[in-house]
Amino acid sequence: TLRLICTTTAVQRKNAGASGPEKYTEAFIKKQIEEFNLGKRHLANMMGEDPETFTQEDIDRAIAYLFPSGLFDKQARPMMKHPTEVFPEQRKIQWGEDGRPFHFLFYTGKQSYYSLMHETYEKFLNVQKHQEQMIAQDLPLQKEKRNLAGSRWLTKIELEEMLIEKLSDDDYSRFIQLLQKLVALPCADIEENYIQKFSKEVPVQLQKVVIEPLQYDERGVAFSTGEGKRKTARATAVVYDNGTGKITVNGTDMLHYFPVLQDREQLLFPFQFLGRIGKHDMVCTVSGGGRSAQAGAIRLASAKALRSFVTEKEVEFMRQAGLLTVDPRVKERKKPGQEGPRRKFTWKKR
Amino acid sequence: QLEHGCAPPTAARAGLSSASPRDVPAERPRGVFHTSESDPAKHTEQHEGRLYNIPLEEVKAVFPHGLPYRFQQQIQTFNEARLMVRRPALELLACLKGSSLAQPAVRYVIYGERGTGKTMTLCHVVHYCSRQGWLLLHVPDAHLWVKNCRELLQSSYNKDRLDQPLQASVWLKNFKTSNERFLGEIKTQKKYTWGKRESTEEGRPLGEVVEQGLARVRSASDAVGVLLRELKQQSHRGSFRLLVAVDGVNALWGRTTLRKEDKSPVSPGELTLVHNLRKMLRNDWSGGAIVTTLSQTGSLFKPSSAYTPHELLGKEGFDALDPFVPIPVANYSPREFESCYGYYLERKWLQHEKAHTEDGKAELQFLSGSNPRQLDRLAGPL
Repeated sequence: TLRLICTTTAVQRKNAGASGPEKYTEAFIKKQIEEFNLGKRHLANMMGEDPETFTQEDIDRAIAYLFPSGLFDKQARPMMKHPTEVFPEQRKIQWGEDGRPFHFLFYTGKQSYYSLMHETYEKFLNVQKHQEQMIAQDLPLQKEKRNLAGSRWLTKIELEEMLIEKLSDDDYSRFIQLLQKLVALPCADIEENYIQKFSKEVPVQLQKVVIEPLQYDERGVAFSTGEGKRKTARATAVVYDNGTGKITVNGTDMLHYFPVLQDREQLLFPFQFLGRIGKHDMVCTVSGGGRSAQAGAIRLASAKALRSFVTEKEVEFMRQAGLLTVDPRVKERKKPGQEGPRRKFTWKKR
Repeated sequence: QLEHGCAPPTAARAGLSSASPRDVPAERPRGVFHTSESDPAKHTEQHEGRLYNIPLEEVKAVFPHGLPYRFQQQIQTFNEARLMVRRPALELLACLKGSSLAQPAVRYVIYGERGTGKTMTLCHVVHYCSRQGWLLLHVPDAHLWVKNCRELLQSSYNKDRLDQPLQASVWLKNFKTSNERFLGEIKTQKKYTWGKRESTEEGRPLGEVVEQGLARVRSASDAVGVLLRELKQQSHRGSFRLLVAVDGVNALWGRTTLRKEDKSPVSPGELTLVHNLRKMLRNDWSGGAIVTTLSQTGSLFKPSSAYTPHELLGKEGFDALDPFVPIPVANYSPREFESCYGYYLERKWLQHEKAHTEDGKAELQFLSGSNPRQLDRLAGPL
């Protein structure tokens, strides 16, 4: 069986269209569309733009401007979208006035699924016939391999959306197996169009972080800058080459700014990890946060600055050591009805 | 772990000085950073950064109360007292060697950031003077006299002033230990009456004054005052040279935490001990030198970032001590750091396996910022 790989949240939404009978009639949907278009023109007039060239993005911007909302969930905010996006697709009534169903597979229960399987198998047989023809004619078989690495099959939910019908896991896996068999055949290029309906591009990998090159100041000493933050503290660090290991924070020596050993150990960590303790000088500025937060921010900033001095492999080591990741922990919000983020009020029995 | 020393009660000052080179004929070859020169008189530039040893009997005799607490613990643990020869101390010694008896006493003020070794520099100078045969007037920590005093008596000599019998008697006891031979030689020049029945005649040895102070604790502060005045008057004669070594001199001109019975604050000038010491620190006498140290650690009501003479002494103190020769003391230079680190390694004080590596040394240097006190605190748990 095929297991669901990790996909985006958009894909994991439940398909509400395939469940239940019609909730919205066609006439209703049509009316909604007319109202939407009218509303679009009104909105364009209100914003002073041209009604003819008013796109969906403009609508979104206008609504966000007119009804500002501080809610965190984007889907809870006021939105104005085309009714086809708002109302899920419904299955139309599948039988005529005389009660006779339109589709020949209606009484199987999952008519669209079985018709899809039929179609796919038809294509499969087509390809096989073509292949035999090619062998009979002694023509070379085309072997252009599809790039399977950059694409994936539709997920079960996407397929359900396409067919507006509920599927079971078993059905889905059978369909995918059939598709894979089809693709495995050498002459599957004929049905390429059909197959592409069921495959999707995997999104491009995240952009690689660009490492800045070293800069040189007037004396000819190489230096590089880095920024870091932790909780509410923001720090910028400038790391100079050919140094003696002196560190200046906000104009004062590190020894005076951080009397606690723990903070100094945090500052030491990037240099110690790379084995460059006495080789660099550092001048940093930091503001906000508390003692520990400032130390963590400077640590991140110095690690980012040191990337320019160091090979790519060591950058990867640093990343794995956690020196280059921003610490996402921030102070949790206090909730009403509780004394703090987690602490509840003292429970009194009476 | 450090065992608590049974050394005589001393001031609690946590400054670390380097160790000293050993002088005793060594059974095993010592490291590069040791000098076998145990006489501070012979210390020169080439001994800089090296450690020299002070024999333990001398330590007991010369420093009954001068060394910082942590250093005493270190002596207990390592069974030897080692002091590092550093540049400020060498400068001071050179000045002292060059000074002449006839001129008024020169005042030296050793200042520096916290934990850079001012007290240890002072101890080095005191050791030198004791070797040279000077009379040592060593006040281990003037801050002890202006805070945490339980008993304050109204002075019988002068109604405005307040006595501190405990501190005075402690100091007299230590003074006696360190200057035994002088006490018999120096004679009083005046008759002093301690009370209705006790008095000291003219021409009696100073030892009697000290005994009087120790026996009659109530008049201990007055005994101290008498002692100081006698020494001041007689030093210019030349029979002995007087060294006044005061640690934490900024206590004499700051504020106190003491209060009189009616809860009004006491100013340092109202304390007998402080008053007499101030008179001593004026350079209207000759035949010796005055070496003082500023200290922020014990000081009251001063921010922790203050270390210059101007800030710590205040206007009053600065004017009183002006003119003086300032001697700054800084953190360890790389060479001094190496020798201190090497000493710890040699004495197996650093037990952590990483501490023996180059990386460990670099880490220690970074984390301590080459500050002697920080290094000592860091090396403790390792």
